Amino acid sequence: MLRLKPFRYLRPAGAEEAAAIVAEFDGEAMLVAGGTDLVPKLKRRQMEPSILVGISHLEELRSLRSTPEGGMEIGAAITLAEVTRNKDLEMHWPGYVQAASLVSSPPLRNLGTIGGNLMVDTRCNYYDMTYEWRQAAGFCLKKDGDACRVAPARPHCWAVSSSDTAPVAIALDATAVLAGPEGRREVPVESLYQDDGIHYTTKQPYEVVTSLHFPPRAGWRSSYVKLRRRGSIDFPIGGAAVALVIEGGRIIDSRIVLSGVASHPVVAVEAASYLVGHSLDPELVAEVADHAAKPVKPLDNADLAYTWRKRMVKWLVTQAVLEAGK
Amino acid sequence: MSDSVIANFDVNGRSREVLVKPYHTLLEILREDLGLTGTKHGCELGECGACTVLVDGLPQLSCLLLPHQVEGKEITTIEGLAEGDELHPLQEAFVEAGAVQCGYCTPSMLLTAKALLEGDPSPSRQEIAEALSGNLCRCTGYEAITRAVELAATRMDT
Amino acid sequence: MRVVGKPLAKVDARAKVTGSTLYADDLIFSDTLFCKLLRSPHPYARIKHMDLNAAKAVEGVVAVITGNDLPVKYGILPISQDEHALESEKVRYVGDPVAAVAAFDEETAALAAEKIRVEYEVLDPVTSIEEALSEPTDEPIHDYGGPANIHKMAALSFGDLEAGFAEADHIREDVFFYGGNTHLPMEQHSAIATYVNGKLTLWSSTQTPHYVHRTISKVLDLPMQAIRVVATPHGGGFGGKTDPFSHELAVCKLAMVTGKPVKCTLTREEVFYAHRGRHPVLMWVRTGMKSNGRITAMHFKTALDGGAYGSYGVATMFYTGALQTTTYDIPAYRFEGARVFTNKAPCGPKRGHGTPQPRFALELHLDKMAEDLGLDPVEVRRRNYVSPNTTTVNWLRITSCGLEEITDQVLQASSYVNRQRAVGHGMGFAVASYLCGAGLPIYWNKLPHSECLIKLDRGGVTVYCGATDIGQGSDTVIATLVAEELGLWPSDIRLVTGDTGFAPVDLGSYSSRVTFMAGNAALDAARKLRNLLAEVAAESMGCLPGEIVTGDGKFGTLSFEETTQLAQERFGAISTVGSYRPPDLAGPYKGSGVGPSPAYSYSAAVVDIDVDPETGIIKVNKVWLAHDIGRSINPVSVRGQVEGGVYMGLGEALMEEQAYRKAMPKQPSMLDYKSLTSVDMPEVETILVETDDPEGPYGAKEVGQGPLLPVVPAVVSAVHDALGVWIDQVPVTPDKIMKALDAKAKGQAPRFGPKSFPDIAYPQYVKVDTPHVATQAI
Ligand SMILES: Cc1cc2nc3c(=O)[nH]c(=O)nc-3n(C[C@H](O)[C@H](O)[C@H](O)COP(=O)(O)OP(=O)(O)OC[C@H]3O[C@@H](n4cnc5c(N)ncnc54)[C@H](O)[C@@H]3O)c2cc1C
Ligand code: SF4
Ligand code: FES
Ligand code: FES
Repeated sequence: MLRLKPFRYLRPAGAEEAAAIVAEFDGEAMLVAGGTDLVPKLKRRQMEPSILVGISHLEELRSLRSTPEGGMEIGAAITLAEVTRNKDLEMHWPGYVQAASLVSSPPLRNLGTIGGNLMVDTRCNYYDMTYEWRQAAGFCLKKDGDACRVAPARPHCWAVSSSDTAPVAIALDATAVLAGPEGRREVPVESLYQDDGIHYTTKQPYEVVTSLHFPPRAGWRSSYVKLRRRGSIDFPIGGAAVALVIEGGRIIDSRIVLSGVASHPVVAVEAASYLVGHSLDPELVAEVADHAAKPVKPLDNADLAYTWRKRMVKWLVTQAVLEAGK
Repeated sequence: MSDSVIANFDVNGRSREVLVKPYHTLLEILREDLGLTGTKHGCELGECGACTVLVDGLPQLSCLLLPHQVEGKEITTIEGLAEGDELHPLQEAFVEAGAVQCGYCTPSMLLTAKALLEGDPSPSRQEIAEALSGNLCRCTGYEAITRAVELAATRMDT
Repeated sequence: MRVVGKPLAKVDARAKVTGSTLYADDLIFSDTLFCKLLRSPHPYARIKHMDLNAAKAVEGVVAVITGNDLPVKYGILPISQDEHALESEKVRYVGDPVAAVAAFDEETAALAAEKIRVEYEVLDPVTSIEEALSEPTDEPIHDYGGPANIHKMAALSFGDLEAGFAEADHIREDVFFYGGNTHLPMEQHSAIATYVNGKLTLWSSTQTPHYVHRTISKVLDLPMQAIRVVATPHGGGFGGKTDPFSHELAVCKLAMVTGKPVKCTLTREEVFYAHRGRHPVLMWVRTGMKSNGRITAMHFKTALDGGAYGSYGVATMFYTGALQTTTYDIPAYRFEGARVFTNKAPCGPKRGHGTPQPRFALELHLDKMAEDLGLDPVEVRRRNYVSPNTTTVNWLRITSCGLEEITDQVLQASSYVNRQRAVGHGMGFAVASYLCGAGLPIYWNKLPHSECLIKLDRGGVTVYCGATDIGQGSDTVIATLVAEELGLWPSDIRLVTGDTGFAPVDLGSYSSRVTFMAGNAALDAARKLRNLLAEVAAESMGCLPGEIVTGDGKFGTLSFEETTQLAQERFGAISTVGSYRPPDLAGPYKGSGVGPSPAYSYSAAVVDIDVDPETGIIKVNKVWLAHDIGRSINPVSVRGQVEGGVYMGLGEALMEEQAYRKAMPKQPSMLDYKSLTSVDMPEVETILVETDDPEGPYGAKEVGQGPLLPVVPAVVSAVHDALGVWIDQVPVTPDKIMKALDAKAKGQAPRFGPKSFPDIAYPQYVKVDTPHVATQAI
């Protein structure tokens, strides 16, 4: 049986305390919510913390309510399954619910949290392997090694952002509240990510995401289309989140965000802007999708041929735009 | 044993206080500390579903659960499904419909189906397939399992 | 019949639904030690030096062993004794075991294994069939076989091939590639051994306890009677647990060294290294046909990537050429096969052993020939179907054969002929055939292949048989047959199976042999017992034994218990024995040992799919599968086997692949090795056709493997039906479909697949006289 290496597990009384512990044991401690991403990675020794700081038991991370202005607040420890059962979310932020319902498999969604999903580690099939495999194949830059095995030319990690919900949260202008030892700050979800497979988040390692906030979005339609081999369990190997405001048959605002194509969710600002002012005409959609897909350069570090994944981006965007516009 | 901790939870209606390693998963605790070997394992990485147990009624993967996460919770394993000698209607249906071949995925399928029927007493084929989609089976092609869940649902509904 | 053919519950199902069945990893004995294997991180390397000191110094470690402790070579086939339990000189694939540690717990064993220092001299790995065929840069992987890294070759020619081709109106050549894949049983291999009073007992999740028993005797130099191997209830085999494995031998040795029980359960990743899965096979086929679709000649060449060791590979290689003729009457046939060694996990037998690959090629090749000639692909097949009670050109004896019936029924149920034609929607049809047990044993001898003992006393009926239930339901089959004969219910029968210490021999759960062979052995013993009981019952009732009617626990008017008592008063202790050995079926040529079987099952599939021309993504809507089962002993079990076979066939057609990057396994996990989930599985309609085989128990034939076979080509045929492109390589992933569509758009050949077949220096073919004249006019 594949087992965990020893660690201590701490159960702080609040988010600030959790942050303080992780800050104190700099590099030694990690936050854990549902553990559905972290535990397998610990078993494969992709991270080797000696302390885990649990946060999923914290009541303050378990809010799930509409805000007075008509937005939505979701505590970071709310599970993906709870999101899929929420009627308000379903009604006003369908793309987010769709994304949550497409994450891995039903038993994992009963345990995995939305905070964990935002912070899920980037993936690469040279890295998401056991210690023994990585030792045999040669360790890589992201853990234990000194060169990238996919693109060795430069010391950069191209591991892929694989969160299904992050792109939709970005498309819907969601913000996240982060708690540190010194207090809280609220940031746009988009600003949480950066183009680096190792340091994929701008958040400090000790900062706890306490909640996610969706601003009121009367009139917004949203969708998420996910690409994966099987109808369940699999991580995205491409995904497109789209949010649109359509008035009088014309698009007046739009967002397109891609998952599974780079080390961060990719916001296709320009492509999305081409939709504005037009009706949902299939030819225009195809053009926009083409535009969104053009800069994407998948590498051979995820499932199926990367050339095929590249051509699928256009299809994903097309589907997502049409779905949102329905 | 300096790194051990005491965990408290309820397994199949019996409250348990166990001295465990904080880094031993519920799967290891059930099988190795409590001798409940009905819970199976096929990957220990959250990828196959064989280790599914019910935690407060919801199917979760015991290979990913740390003892602290189940503190104070109610856990149901396959050993807790029958009432004494009386099989649960799902168990009866699995036997009758030929949903058991090697039987290795069976505990996980039964528990997942139990949770499904508790939330939705008459699921469609598609809903059954969705609910079971985190539990791999290599023998049956899922067909007989789906039929068994349907059969049990009809019987339990009346 | 009262119980045969009835949908009764499987005898082991109740224990399985309550979680009380004990699988190998559920067993634990007092003071058990845990074993961990250290495996090679290199695909090909010489071991220069090993230092065990640091490992031995770890607290909690009891013993560390290496290849020096297990120096005897073994292998499942007598002609490929090329493995060591632990290698001490050379490692041949990533994952090749080199040392084993026993410790108080698994974590300690793993920690200690990591502390073993091994100094390797890395060699240049061989990673493909092409590389294996050419002169190696370093020494060949093994010191036998050759030239280069060729393991074994064969060339057989039946009938007058040249004349056959000369007679043809149309000749076509195609090249196909079938990617390798693995069994992925849900249960990881596990074994636990004890050594008490000079007697060794091994409980293991094996399909072949008898062969493991033999291997232990050889490797550990123990007499056969000092060993007992128990095949524990199985969490899935599919052929993946038919070889003797390193971990089995290691726990036996460690139990002997430490005097304590020792257990080893592989991790999922290790299961991928243990492998023995489907061989990747490159195939070339050339067929001559009359303009009416009648085959005149066929030439079939295969090249198998065997991975690092022999395993069943020689048999697999012969199987890639053996069963083409059991569906089609081929008047002249030549087969040339080669298996090569590469530095990858060893391949072996998987459901359908060596026949899904050529079946895939053959069925698609016939589709293409039909298209060339403007004929209906179904008609082309029908024109060549073998007939019952004939002998094929390669000397295979066909008895019962329901090809026509299964074809009729599957076509009718699926409305294949009147299918809707639309771009993106397609249906495919294919047929196949499989063995009901290999006609010859692995060790050529005249001993029974299966034996059965029935004991009767005040405790009731106990059946002892070496057959191993791997989930396919063989215990239920045996109990059902015995119950039928004795007028009891299957649940009345106590079974002792899969135990080489207590039950007489059965060769194992492979080649779909159990229902047929163990079934016949059980019937033999049960009938003898019935005769004894009928004799005393008749005497007591004053009638003839032939007049005794059994059923519902009665022998005539007597209860079964009363009859038992009378019989024991008369005969004393009672037991009967039965055995089965297939008739001598091998043809008069070398290599004829692979292919003969006392009977063949037949399967026909129609697959209905949608495939998106923009993405290449396939959605399977429905599969119809008609199977000639001979007779179903338990229709629920039979249907389960059909559905499971269809499921696995779809997996192989669409996604399952043991892929490598050079010699590094690319996806050794259940997440990355893709197998269908419940939402990916279409509806399956099973149609059973009963042809009542003259030699099968109550007419029964196999169902465990056959139904997988036609599914794979039927999927590809459906893709062609939908989009007009041929995907001559499985798995049919969406990227391959898009590449084929691109080629079509550019005006190139509308296909994806291997471009050519390598030049292989096969030996001069052996010309074999044909046993027959064609059963149909040419
Ligand atoms: C087989 C399998 C399939 C999967 N498929 C998918 C998939 O399809 N799509 C997908 O998106 N994910 C997938 N996942 C990953 C994972 O299950 C989900 O992303 C899940 O939502 C993670 O949530 P968690 O609470 O379990 O995270 P954890 O594992 O607890 O944490 C993940 C990371 O986030 C950090 N973290 C967690 N919560 C917080 C917080 N509140 N504040 C700050 N940091 C935090 C942790 O330190 C850790 O680094 C899969 C996992 C497995 C094992
Ligand atoms: S992209 Fe390169 S550095 Fe990053 S995980 Fe993959 S191999 Fe390692
Ligand atoms: S063992 Fe837990 S999911 Fe596989
Ligand atoms: S019955 Fe064997 S894995 Fe499901």
